[in-house]
Amino acid sequence: MSVLVYINNYGGKIQKNSFEALAYGKALADKLNTNVVAAMLGPAENPSELGAYGASEVFHNPSASFADHDPGAITKALSGMIEQSGAAVVIFSHDYTGKSIAPRVAARLKAGLVTGAIALPDTSGTFSVKKAVFSGKAFADIEILSDKKVISLLPNSFEYSKGEGSATVTPVNGEAEKSTLKVKEIKKESTKLSLTEAEIVVSAGRGLKGPENWGMIEELANDLGAATACSRPVADIGWRPHHEHVGQTGIAIRPNLYFAIGISGAIQHLAGVNGSKVIVVINTDPEAPFFKAADYGIIGDAFEVVPKLVTAAKALRA
Amino acid sequence: MKLLVCISKAPDTTAKISFKDNNTAFNTDGVQFIINPYDEWYALVRALEIKEGLGSGTVTVINAGGPENDPIIRKALAIGADDAVRINMVETDALSIAQEIANYAREGGYDMVLTGKETIDYNGSQLSGMIAELLDWPSVSLASKMDLNGEALTIERDVQGGKEIIEASTPLVISAAKGMAEARIPNMRGIMAARTKPLTVVEPISNQVFTKVRSYSLPPEKASCKYIDAENPAELFDLLRNEAKIL
Ligand SMILES: Cc1cc2nc3c(=O)[nH]c(=O)nc-3n(C[C@H](O)[C@H](O)[C@H](O)COP(=O)(O)OP(=O)(O)OC[C@H]3O[C@@H](n4cnc5c(N)ncnc54)[C@H](O)[C@@H]3O)c2cc1C
Ligand SMILES: Nc1ncnc2c1ncn2[C@@H]1O[C@H](COP(=O)(O)O)[C@@H](O)[C@H]1O
Repeated sequence: MSVLVYINNYGGKIQKNSFEALAYGKALADKLNTNVVAAMLGPAENPSELGAYGASEVFHNPSASFADHDPGAITKALSGMIEQSGAAVVIFSHDYTGKSIAPRVAARLKAGLVTGAIALPDTSGTFSVKKAVFSGKAFADIEILSDKKVISLLPNSFEYSKGEGSATVTPVNGEAEKSTLKVKEIKKESTKLSLTEAEIVVSAGRGLKGPENWGMIEELANDLGAATACSRPVADIGWRPHHEHVGQTGIAIRPNLYFAIGISGAIQHLAGVNGSKVIVVINTDPEAPFFKAADYGIIGDAFEVVPKLVTAAKALRA
Repeated sequence: MKLLVCISKAPDTTAKISFKDNNTAFNTDGVQFIINPYDEWYALVRALEIKEGLGSGTVTVINAGGPENDPIIRKALAIGADDAVRINMVETDALSIAQEIANYAREGGYDMVLTGKETIDYNGSQLSGMIAELLDWPSVSLASKMDLNGEALTIERDVQGGKEIIEASTPLVISAAKGMAEARIPNMRGIMAARTKPLTVVEPISNQVFTKVRSYSLPPEKASCKYIDAENPAELFDLLRNEAKIL
C-alpha cells in the first residue's frame, strides 16, 4: 500500500521538481501510515542519497537505454516497479517529463489521475486532491475513485528539505523497450534560468515599445537572479522568444516574486501568473487592470523607473 | 495519411468563472464556448497542413460531448477538417474520454492522433498520453514543431531548459503546443462547406469514471495594492525584504 514517486534524473541530474515530488510523497505516506519508495531510470551517481529526502527504498534501473526518453518505454519500466513495490499511489512532478509519463501510467493502471496538485490529498473518508483550474482562475477538489491513484504535483508548490538518512537501493535490470522515437539533439534554450523554476521573474510587455529596450529588463533580472518573461503580443511580434510568453496560452508560472513592467494585465495574461506569491506592477496608466492583481505598484514610466531599480538592485547585492 | 484531431470545448478566455449548485458545478450562464485554443490553433491547423503537403489523406475531428458541442465541431469543419465524429457522452474525466477516443482511433485505422497541449478549463494535459498508452502507440507531448519528410517525422518538443529534436514515425499520438502552426480563420466558403460535411454521432462503449469534481472554489481576493512613489522606487526593495520577506 506504499506511495511511489517517480524521480526524474533528466540528463543524469536529479531535478529539483523531483525532490518536491518526493517530499510530497513522503508527507502523504506519513498520512497513510506507509512508506515512500522512489523509482528512477537511467544512470545516476548516488541513488541512496534519495533517503535524505524521505525515500526508504529506491528502485533503480541504471540502463542508459532510457536516454531516448520514450514515454511508452518509461511507462512500461515504471509499471514493473509499481507492481514490485505494491504501490497504491504514484506521484510525479507536473513538469515536462511528468506531463508525458503520468497520463500513460494512469491509463496503464486504470487509475484516476489528478495533474497539477497544489496540496496534499484530503484522505478523510474519500481521497481528493486540490488543483487550480480555469487557468488559475479557480480551484477544484477532485476525488479519485479508482483503487490505484496517480497524482502529479505542480512545481514550486511543496517545500522540501534535505535531511539525514540513506535509502536502500533495489537494482532493477532490463533495457528500455525498443522505441520508434529517437532523440537526435537536445537544444538548450539558453544557459539562463528556466522560467518555471525561477523564484523571481521579471516580465515586460508592449509598454516597452521595442525589442531594443529589453537591456534594462535583462539587467534587472540578472541583478535579482531572476528569469525573464513577456506578454503574448511581445512574443508574437518577435520582440522576445516564444518560450518567454506567459499566460493562459503560454507558460503558467508561480514564482515567489513577479515583476510586470508595461503589461496591461489582460485576463489571459493574469491567468498564467496569478499563482505568484508577490506581484509588482510598473505601469504609466493608473487604471491598468494589472494593479488590481498587484501587491505593490509603481505608477510611472518604465524607462525612468526600471533604471532606478537596477541601481537599487545592484546596491542590494553589493 | 489518416489524421484524427481531438478537439474539446472550452469557455472563452474572457469568460467570468463562477459556480452553482453549492459550488459543485461550473455556471455556464452567459458563457461563450470556443474550441480549446491549442486544439484549434495548433493541432488542427498542423494536421491540415500535413494533409495539404501530402496532397492526400483525411483530417477527422473528434469530440467527446453532448449535442451542445456541435457548433464548435462545425467550426472545426469550417476551418478545413473533412469530417467529424462526436462521441455522445458527458465529458467526465480524461481517462474515460481517452478510452472512447482510443477505441475509435483503433477501429478507424488512423495513423496519427493529435491533441492540444491541455484544455484551458481543467488544465489536465492528460488525454494525449492516455490515448497513446491505450493504443500502445508512441507519444510525444508538448510538441512545438512537426515536419514530415517522406515517412519520417521530425518533432521538436519542450523539455526542461530547452527542446528535444526527435525523430519519429507513425503511428503516433502527439500533443500540440504553441509554435506548431499559425491559427486560421475560417472563410465564407469553408463555413458554407461545413454545413454539409459529415458529423457522425456514436455512442460510448463504457460508462466507467475514474475521477470526479467534489467542489470548486475561487481564489481569495487580493488585498489592495500598495503604491510606491515613482521617484523613489528603491523603497520597493525595502518592502519586499522587510514586509513581504521575499528578497
Ligand atoms: C484567446 C486569447 C489568449 C491569449 N493568451 C494570452 C497569454 O497567454 N498571455 C498574454 O500575455 N496575453 C494573451 N492574450 C492577449 C491579451 O488579451 C492581451 O492582449 C495582452 O496580454 C496584452 O499585452 P501587453 O500587456 O503587453 O500589451 P498592452 O495591452 O498593449 O499593454 C501595454 C501596457 O503598457 C503600459 N505602458 C505603456 N508605456 C509604458 C511605459 N513607458 N512604462 C510603463 N508602462 C507603459 C500601458 O499603460 C499598458 O498597460 C490572449 C488573447 C486571447 C484572445
Ligand atoms: N471532450 C473531449 N473531446 C475530444 N478531445 C478532447 C476532449 N477533452 C480534451 N480533449 C483533447 O485532449 C487535449 C488535452 O486535454 P486535457 O487532458 O483535458 O488537458 C485537448 O487539448 C484536446 O485536444
